[in-house]
Formats: sequence, structure tokens, C-alpha cells
Amino acid sequence: MTSRLGRAPGAIGVWLAGLVICAIVIARTEFTADMSAFLPRAPTAEQKVLVDQLRDGALSRLVLIGIEGADPETRAALSRTLGSSMRASNAFVGVHNGDDAETRGDRAYFFANRYLLSDAVTSERFSVTGLRAAIQESIDLLSSPAGMMLKNILPRDPTGETVRLLDQLAGATPPSQLNGVWASRDGNRALLLAQTRASGSDIDAQQAALDLIADRFGEARASIAAPSVTPTPATNPASASSARLIVSGNGAFAVASRATIQHEVLRLSLLSAAIVIALLLIIYRSTLALGLGLLPVVSGAVAAIAAVSAGFGQVHGLTLGFGTTLIGEAVDYSIYLFVQSEGLEVNERGDRQWVQHFWPTVRLGVLASIFGFASLLFSGFPGLAQLGLYSITGLVVAAAVTRFVLPSLLPRGFRIRDISPIGAWIERVILRASKARWGVAIVALLSAAVLFTHRDTLWNRELSALSPVPQADLDRHEQLRTAIGAPDTRYLIVASAIDANAALLESERAASALQPLVDAGVLAGIDAPSRFLPSAETQASRQLALPDRDELKRRLQVATADLPLRAERLEPFLDDVVATKRRAPLGRADLDGTSVAEAIDALLVNQGGRWNAVMPLRPSLTPNGTPATIDAVRVRDALSDAKVDGALFVDVTTETQALYAAYLRQAIGLSLGGFAAITVLLLIALRSVKRTMRVVLPLVAAVLVVVAAIVVAGKQLTVIHLIGMLLIVAIGSNYALFFDQRAAMQTDSASGATRHRMLASLLCANLTTVAGFGLLAFSSVPLLQAIGVTVGPGAILALIFSAVLASPQPQDLPSASAQR
Amino acid sequence: MAAIVSASTLFHPALSHAFTLEQLMQALAQRGPESAHFVEKKYLAVLDNKAVESSGELRYVPPDRMEKRTLKPRPESMVLAGNQIFVERGTQKLTLRLRDYPDIAPFVESIRGTLSGDRKALERVYRLELFGDAERWTMVMLPSDEKLAAIVQRIDVTGARDAVRSISILQGDGDRSVMTIERMSLGAGTAPATSKGSPR
Repeated sequence: MTSRLGRAPGAIGVWLAGLVICAIVIARTEFTADMSAFLPRAPTAEQKVLVDQLRDGALSRLVLIGIEGADPETRAALSRTLGSSMRASNAFVGVHNGDDAETRGDRAYFFANRYLLSDAVTSERFSVTGLRAAIQESIDLLSSPAGMMLKNILPRDPTGETVRLLDQLAGATPPSQLNGVWASRDGNRALLLAQTRASGSDIDAQQAALDLIADRFGEARASIAAPSVTPTPATNPASASSARLIVSGNGAFAVASRATIQHEVLRLSLLSAAIVIALLLIIYRSTLALGLGLLPVVSGAVAAIAAVSAGFGQVHGLTLGFGTTLIGEAVDYSIYLFVQSEGLEVNERGDRQWVQHFWPTVRLGVLASIFGFASLLFSGFPGLAQLGLYSITGLVVAAAVTRFVLPSLLPRGFRIRDISPIGAWIERVILRASKARWGVAIVALLSAAVLFTHRDTLWNRELSALSPVPQADLDRHEQLRTAIGAPDTRYLIVASAIDANAALLESERAASALQPLVDAGVLAGIDAPSRFLPSAETQASRQLALPDRDELKRRLQVATADLPLRAERLEPFLDDVVATKRRAPLGRADLDGTSVAEAIDALLVNQGGRWNAVMPLRPSLTPNGTPATIDAVRVRDALSDAKVDGALFVDVTTETQALYAAYLRQAIGLSLGGFAAITVLLLIALRSVKRTMRVVLPLVAAVLVVVAAIVVAGKQLTVIHLIGMLLIVAIGSNYALFFDQRAAMQTDSASGATRHRMLASLLCANLTTVAGFGLLAFSSVPLLQAIGVTVGPGAILALIFSAVLASPQPQDLPSASAQR
Repeated sequence: MAAIVSASTLFHPALSHAFTLEQLMQALAQRGPESAHFVEKKYLAVLDNKAVESSGELRYVPPDRMEKRTLKPRPESMVLAGNQIFVERGTQKLTLRLRDYPDIAPFVESIRGTLSGDRKALERVYRLELFGDAERWTMVMLPSDEKLAAIVQRIDVTGARDAVRSISILQGDGDRSVMTIERMSLGAGTAPATSKGSPR
């Protein structure tokens, strides 16, 4: 058996060279599982800020940690040990668990810099009347329980700035405490909040941070459980071993998603490959045929990965997962070649016959698929665009290898089992099935009616529908987040400017524009970075508002004349004011050693050369304790009334939904456009409205029925189902075209056996497709699962409907005996 | 002199006619929810011991809820429930944890412990001495460790039967406060069956 390599050296050379290049590209490829690839590409500056925040923002770097099990004392000890070992590592910029040590630095910072930080510091407050009112208020406060703490600092802070500052900061509900560390309200969990140094989108680093937490927790638990260490009376070594760690946060989600996707992709690829190989072995009964038959698939997949890598700089794990499905489709081409050319002369002429008879049909099918998938290329989702490029490249290369390379590699005398008897059986079935035409029409119309009645609820417009994170994990995350009092990331004001100070200044203007809404109870509070670090201008104006020593002394004499507090006691106050007045403005470096530093780094960020000051807005609570919705119009009006141009209000939930809804509309539009393009292509290629309808109608019917079934099952459609529909059209168009060709062949001279082989090849192709896609239906990743449930049944229906609708009218029937 | 006699009877429980700490605590513990007016005067060194006065209403719901609503000089409410303190002052609402305020906690606990008749809780941190008889008693609480003595030197609680009349606190730094309490008729003596303030 000598192959005919000599005949097509050009094609084989190109193919081999291409494979080598692709292998090189793939070797350098970065594979990701960053779910933000399925966030829409942001068209506006506002949405770009939003997507950046979700992907990279400090809020995406939060790690929420809970310790469960064991007894409360042991949990507290574990929390302290874990907290300090995490702080000692370099992976986190902040670790909070309510430990006293950590808050001391913060209080010192606020006390030392109270006259720069307090928004109450104005020249009016330091006038005689202002001082008198402020001191009177402090004296009144002395009579309250809080006065116990106040009286010690009264000589240094008679106007009560420290209390004011701490009150403002304490606005958010801090976590409860148990045994000296944060605990959930029911006391069953110790809580920690950390922020990773690494960006939220750096999944490897996030994974490393999570591993570190797990390791340190394990060590902490072991050290408490170890009998060698003298246990503190509070901890119970036996109890420690039952302690469990729960970790949540965007990083944890990303890491878990990636692991799930990788695991699923590997599992499903292996399974579907095994099934397809088994099927092909049964059909071919030849390992050589199997190996050759897989060449186009493998070449297509390799080229597709390389193309995506070259085009996007990285390849998403889901694209690979999707690629497994392409095994099911691309393998069809070699099946068509092997099965259909069987019985044709196995020589140059035989190849030419296949090329002559069937290649145009395959080519048209490939073209139709390209038209369908091209719509994905224009999608605003980078993830979907990847899928589009992957599909197009994979199909084109697989088809081209089948056409130009594979025939040259077939050894002389290459045979596979003759499966034309199966085709003959199929043909008999089809002949009877022609009666089912009306059935197909009725089912399709019923499905259309179902879709019409559900037209308002057809689509799921929530981006979260695409999230691979299980709802249970999201719920637990929300529980932890509320318990810890971590910022709600839904409502943000983002002030943008060319440098950090200008961004701070703009955020201050925005904060003061929104203060009336806080006073009116529309907002519960504004977590402005300027509370920790005011802009240089604001600090300077506060310094200017402070009188000099002699003047302040004189004013205090007058102000305290009829108050129980004697001015002579306020020398420390004079010292502090004078020192503040003289000092250089606070900068980021002054915050080192406080937890405030992380807050600032979280809220004041350099993104793409510009500085953003991010201010989370705290919504007020509804009577039942859930956060109320913030009225975007009022916030935006307040900002525009105050002419704050550099600050944007972003409602993350509404904004992402709007963004996603827009892209969903766009994707639907593009898909319809793709479908229209396919129809036009067929009209041109087939030059017949009747034949075009014969190809298109079964596909439309298959899509309608599958989608209706999904809707009847109570599911809503996502953009992923839309891709599934495209795939039904892409794969089904091959079937429909062959059936159309078969109908055309009825009248030409092609032998019955050739027709039967073609039919058999379609069945084989369909089986492999269903094996490839059907498996995805069992995936736990929603995106893959959605593709599976759409394409698996859709491919079968497309085959059946094509067969039924393309079946010849009784009058064109050649007699069955004439075929044999 | 009567005080001294009473004090000595404390150590002779066999003398059944004497009013004992146990009896006082039982009487206190068996009360239901009640409300009272209060006037509190504070004498602080920083204000040269001139009195700062505040007044308002107290409410106690056994076993561990205590509300202090100050009406003058500024409206303020402080509700102690379990380990949480809810403070409302002006437009501000704060939720604090008692343990975060070691300067306040002993005062709060001493008052709540007295109101609920929780002898065990009180004796964890104070030595208790009782003077007088059931109609007119004075309970003195002296901190049992030095750390606490730096915050509070002594607390005198006076009362008649199960009613607390005044609480005087002498702080570690010499500042002191006197709170006089006048029970409101509403709620007094109407202990519901659900009261958990049984003797401990």
C-alpha cells in the first residue's frame, strides 16, 4: 500500500508547514478562564470604568473568609493566628479580623490629623461663636455615656472633631465580635476580610493567595490541635480539628470557575473523543481509516486554537470546551469523503468523482457555516468573538484538509466497510417519511406559537445567567459580605482625572453635591476616599481656617466665658492646632501602617494613565433590612446641578444588565443577519427558490422546535442558546444540502449505491455530532450545558426534518427494485 | 450604726430577720419590665467639678435590655441589648459593641447586673456589701481587681425593697456621677409570667 504523496506535494507541504506554525503559536499561548471575557467589550468611557472595576478594581480583590465548626474560643484563636500569618505573608495588602491591634493605628491617624480630616473645620467653626457652640456640644456630650471617653481628650479636642470623624467612619455596620474577633451575628463563624496584592484578573496569583490561606489555616489548626503546644485555657485542641475554612470573593469564584471549566473541558473532550472514535471504528472497521479520518479534525482544532491565540493574544478555556464540540462537526467531512467515495473508483478518478459529486455540497455547507459564525466575530463579547474565529478557522481548515490533503494520503486499495445497506434502509424510511411533511409543519408552527406567546420572557437579560458560579456559592458570598460589612459594590461614583489629587478633588465635589441626598435619607452614606485623605486643596483650606495661636487663645477666652470649661485647660488644643496649621499636607505615605492605607489604595486607583477616585454609595435600608434601590436620576441630577463633570454615577447591576441586554439585542440582530446571508448564499449557489426552501425550512423548523422545548421546560434563552441555534443551522445545512442533492440525484444517473452511501454518511455524521454536543448537555458549566441542550437535539431534528422535507414526491419515485 | 449591724448580719445568715444580699437580689430579679425618670449629675475635674446635668427616662426589660433615653440637654437614646449598644443622637445611629468600650462596660454591667439581680455577674467583678434594711438599703460595689479599680473606685446603689433609688459612681480618676431614679407607676410590679429574671 503505497500512498500517493507524490501527487499533491504542494498541498501536503502547506499543510505540514501550517501545522508546525500552529504548534509554535500554541506553545506560546496563554490560556485563561477569566469570566470577564464574557463581559461585553465596553463601548463608552463609563462602561469601561465599570468593566475595569469588575475585572481589576480593588473590590474584585476582596477575599471573604469564614471559619466554621469547632467552638467559639477555638475559632477566635484560629482567626487570630490565621490573620497574623496572612499579614506576615506578602500576598495581601490588608487582613482584618477585628483584632484590637489593627484598629489602634487607625484611631491614632484620625486623632493626630483630625483638623485636616474633619469636614467641620471651617473658619466659622473657629470663630468665637463657632467655638462656643462646638465646646458647648462637647460638654453636653460629656453627660452622655460617650462622655466617659471624651473627657480625657477634651483638653486637646474641645470641638469634638475626633468623635465626629469616628462617628462618620462607623456609619457602616461593623461586624459583630466574639472573643475579640469578628464573628457572624449568630456567632457561628469567625470572619476575616483580606485584600490580595495581586489583581483580581490574575487568576494564577489569586489561586496562589487562596492556596496560601488554606495552608496557613491548616498550620494554625494543627498548631492549636497539637498537644505539644500548651493550649491556652480558652482553646480546645480536640475541637480545633473540626474547624473548617470557607473562602469567597471574586478571586475565589474565578479560581473555582477555571478549575471547573478545565476539569469539564478535559472530561468532556476525552469522553466525546472516545465516543466519536468508537463510532468511527464501528463504521470503518479500520484503524487506518480512523487515524486518517481524524486528521482534518485535529488539523482544524490546532489551526483554530492558533488563530484565536494570534487574534486575541489568549485562548479562553471555554473556547477550548467549545472546541470539543467541533470534533463532532469537523469529523463529518472525512466521513463524507470516506463513505461517499467508497465504491467510486479508488484512484485519481475516484477522488475526482467525489470532488465532482460531493465537494461542492460540502463547500457550500462550509460557506453557510462561515456565514453563520461570522456574526459572532462582530459580537461585543470577546469570548463570543473567540468562539466565532475558532469555529470558522476550524471548519475551513478541516474541510480544506479533507479536500486537498486527505485524498493524497489514502493508500491504494483503501477501503472501509460498505455501509450502503444502511443507506438503503434509510432511504426506505425516508420514502415513508414523506407523509410526515405535514407533521413537521404542524410541530414547527406549534413551536412558533409557543415562542410567540412567551415572546416577552423568552430571553434572560441577566449577565449572571452566564456565570458558572453556582447560586449556592453566590448566596454564601452575600451572607459573608453582609456579615463582614464589606462594601456593597453595586453603586459607585467614579471621579476621573489626570492625577490622584485632581481625582480626589473631583470626588470631594461629588460627595458634597450628594450630601443633601444623605441628609434626606436617600443615601445611607458615601464611602469617599477623601474621608481618609482629602485633596491638597481641601487640606490647605482647612489649615487656612485655623487661627494662629494668640488669636485662638483670645477667641477661646471669650467663647468659654460662661461655660464650665476654663480656657486655661485648653493649652494642648492650642498646641495641636498650631502644629496642624504648620505641617505639610497629608499624603499617601502618612497612611502607612493603618488599615486606611488599603482603603485608599482600593478607592484611589491608577487605571490606564488616569486616576479614578471610586466612592461606593451606601443605599439606605428598607424597613425589612434589605438595601433600597438608589434613584439614579436623583443622583445624576444632583451631580449635574453642582456641575460635577468629572464624576460618573455607575449602578453596576443596572449598567451591566443594560450593557448585556444591548449586546443580546445585537447578537440576535447579527444572528438573523447571518441567517439571511446564508439564505442569500443558498439562493445564489442553488439558483432555485424551491431548493433553497428545501434546505432552509428544515433548519428553521429544527431551531423552532428545540427552542420551544427549552422554553416549555421553563428555561430562558441566553446568548449561548443563540450560538447553539447558529450551530444547528451550520451543521444542519450540511444535512439539508445533501438531502437536497439526493433529491436532485433522483433524476440523474448516479447509482443507487452512491445515494445510499451518502445517506449512510449523513447518519454517521449526525451520530458523531450528537455525541460531541450531546455530552455538553451534562456539563455543570452553564455555557457548555446550554450549547449541549440546544445543538444535541437540534442536530437530530435537523437531520430528520431535512430527510422528511427533502423526500421526493411520490410521482418522482424510481422503483425500489431499479436501484439494486 | 444600723448599717454596721446590717453588715454584720450578712455574715450570719442564721439571723433570719436580717435583710440579706440574697433576698435583695431575689427581689430585684423577680421584677418585670419597668420605667423610671432619672436625673444624672456628673462632677468632672476637667470642668472643675462643676455639675453637668442630664435627665430623661430609663426602661428596663428583664433580663438584659436596658434603655436610657436622655431628653436634656440633648435628646439621645442608648439601648443596651445583650452585648450591643444602639446609640441614637441627632441624626446619627450607631451600633456599638460593649466590649469595645472597656471604659464604659463596667458601669453598664454594674447597673444592669443590679437591675436584673444577677449576683453572679456582679460578684465576678465586684465585692458586694449591703447596708440597711429592706425599706432602705444601700449596696456598695467595690472592684475586685486593680485594673478595674483604675476605671471605677466604687459604686453605691440605694433603694427601697425592689426599687432602685440612686446610683452613685466614683470613677478611677476621681470624677463622679450621681443618678437619681424615680420609678414611674406604669409597669411597676406587673411582672409578666414570661420574666426570665428568676434567681440564679
